[in-house]
Amino acid sequence: MRFKPGKIALSIAAPVFAAIFSLVVSSASLLATNKSPREAFALMWEFGSGAGSLMEAVNLATSYYIAAIAIALTFRAGLFNIGVEGQLRLGSLFAAYFGAMIVLPPVLHILAIFLIAMFIGGLWASIAAYMKVKRGVSEVISTIMLNSVAGGLSAYLLSKHFMVKVEGSNDLSTKPLPASGQFPDLMPVLKKLGVEEQPGGGVYGMLIIAIILGIAFWFVVNRTRFGFELRSSGMNPIAARVSGVNSKKMTFVALVASGAIAGLAGLPTLLGETHSYTLGFRGGVGFTAIAIALLGRNSAVGMAISALLFGFLEVASRTLELIDIAPETYVIMQGSILLSAVIAYEVVRRYQLTLQSQALAKAGDK
Amino acid sequence: MLEKGKLSGMRRTIIIFFGIIAILSIIRIATGASDLTSVGTAQAALLLSVPIVLAALCGLFAERAGVVNIGLEGMMIMGAWAGGFMGSKHGPWVGLLAAIFFGAVGALVHAIATITFGVDHVVSGVAINIIAAGLVRYISTILAQGGSWPGPSQSPDVEPIGQNGLPILSGGKYFGWQSPDILNSIGEKNWFLISDISRVLRGLTGELSYVTMIAVALVPISYFILWKTSFGLRLRSTGESPIAAESLGVNVYVMKYWGVLLSGGFAGLGGGFLAIVAANHYQENQIGGRGYIGLAAMLFGNWRPGGLFAGAALFGFADALQLRDSAAIHALLLLIVAFLLFASWRSFKKGQRIAALVALAVAAFFAWFFIAFEELPGQLVTMTPYLATLIVLSLASQRLRGPAAAGFPYRRGGLK
Repeated sequence: MRFKPGKIALSIAAPVFAAIFSLVVSSASLLATNKSPREAFALMWEFGSGAGSLMEAVNLATSYYIAAIAIALTFRAGLFNIGVEGQLRLGSLFAAYFGAMIVLPPVLHILAIFLIAMFIGGLWASIAAYMKVKRGVSEVISTIMLNSVAGGLSAYLLSKHFMVKVEGSNDLSTKPLPASGQFPDLMPVLKKLGVEEQPGGGVYGMLIIAIILGIAFWFVVNRTRFGFELRSSGMNPIAARVSGVNSKKMTFVALVASGAIAGLAGLPTLLGETHSYTLGFRGGVGFTAIAIALLGRNSAVGMAISALLFGFLEVASRTLELIDIAPETYVIMQGSILLSAVIAYEVVRRYQLTLQSQALAKAGDK
Repeated sequence: MLEKGKLSGMRRTIIIFFGIIAILSIIRIATGASDLTSVGTAQAALLLSVPIVLAALCGLFAERAGVVNIGLEGMMIMGAWAGGFMGSKHGPWVGLLAAIFFGAVGALVHAIATITFGVDHVVSGVAINIIAAGLVRYISTILAQGGSWPGPSQSPDVEPIGQNGLPILSGGKYFGWQSPDILNSIGEKNWFLISDISRVLRGLTGELSYVTMIAVALVPISYFILWKTSFGLRLRSTGESPIAAESLGVNVYVMKYWGVLLSGGFAGLGGGFLAIVAANHYQENQIGGRGYIGLAAMLFGNWRPGGLFAGAALFGFADALQLRDSAAIHALLLLIVAFLLFASWRSFKKGQRIAALVALAVAAFFAWFFIAFEELPGQLVTMTPYLATLIVLSLASQRLRGPAAAGFPYRRGGLK
């Protein structure tokens, strides 16, 4: 394939259009409430581009990214795991509870916590996988139901079995992880690179795990036989079956693997900051991650950019309260970016198809 | 003619209905959980079923036109919000109309994205859910800042909508005449089964909100529109085979737009019902996944109005029980065990050993649960409706068949 500047311009066109459209929508909603969009965006940029805010945005993005990888894995297989929210919740809860119980040397301890979270997340997803493969129940519906069940189950387990009493606090919380189970912060490394320490700042060490996961995701999906079978059973199940791919097995494996990765998505916060699981632990990550996977088009790099963008918007919009604007503005921005991006992707794809068929027709004329 | 050994739909429904009440009254006697067949439970079950029915009808109209509508959750959120916003200002009926309108606005976005631009239906739906939740929260915060709302997550109260009952059988007032309440007096006699049946019927027919009546009536009306009119035939044909429909002169895009917009109207009404009838104001998280459960009810009902009504009723019953009486849920575990044992036996007879074993294991788990816990902890009881949906779906799912072209973007002329 030859290198064409027009083609690159087209692939950039969609995200650029989405960004502009989202700016228009959020400006319109700000104007509708008599607020100045210029002032709001300037303030967001000023606050959001500070080192402390950027670190926080990266921290948020770490969870989002891992969860988005979990979702993208199923998208690639033609499935949709909406259950990341529940898998993350149960994975984190069990990781926090058992992680605080076991005694192991530093690195092994963290590995053990990873395994627990992945096992529980995968186990929870396997219910939906079994129902899909054996009973033909749509995984979209079953994972949504399982989210609600996981919410009830985790609340029950936390309040009746996993909780420890903390003096002077009414919070429901698991026992804190010992030092060997806490993931070290990246701040010492960053300091050597010349980044100054920020009040309340710091970057989760799990960022490295997220990057490794992203690379592994890219490699496994695009460069291995397993990834090929996964994608082919997603793109054309009949053709995949004819060419010898066991699509039922791929469905099962994809959903369980997705659940296992989703189980990890709560760990950046757990191992890097809170060190214990509390009732409202990281709610909503599973849903935001869906938007991130869609926006990033299930590609490792695309999702990383989207996760950072969403994290940035979330952190930067907190400052809007200073000028009496609801910080929820960021949800409107995220939503309109997502919707306009998916429409723009589709329009560009259709335009490319038209270009291709025109080129073919021209070639035929000659 | 009917096939040998098969009953007509109507008769079967009636037999199943009374059969379920019979089983419930046996369990009631055995465990003493009197709320299983009380008037209040039946009433609450109906009230909780209505939003699910409306959500399921929403899904039905969209999917029959070939568009999967995961965005119904967001459309219900918009409906509920509009119901609280307009309802508190201009009265409940205006609130309901606004709810329908706002639901349809959400649906218009979905229609433009999926039908005109060919975006993946699930993708667009998820985006709408995210936007709707954010938008509503954003505007509510502004209203709360302005002081016209009590808080960013709650609207001012809406006046209640009137209610009435069936004449003679279950009370009710007609033109100043108070009718007798026969079902209630039989229900209080405590005759086995007869009183149970009349209590349930009393709950289903007495003190109904007018909106509930409208919503229940929408089920047969939807059946009539979809299966007995040429509009319905065209709409369904675009969901089964849009290319064939196009070749017969049906304007597929227009029919799909109709399907999705009607769908949004139902979703909006369902949201408005939750805000105005089931509660008396809009509250954040009021929808709580009921849109998705409506989709599950639609699947369970095999994309038919009658079936989805049954699915929604089942869910409403489970939800009503968990809200009213957790002891009754405890008793209901026995029913689940019986259900699973039956399923296991059927799988075993078909030679599906593993499926039979899994069902048996789950049954054993629930049986253990029944014995181990005298009373279920509150957090677990809230899972009942979702668990019930999961179990029912996994028992029913294989015989279901939806519209053939649902979920596939369509482009005129067969372009991709």
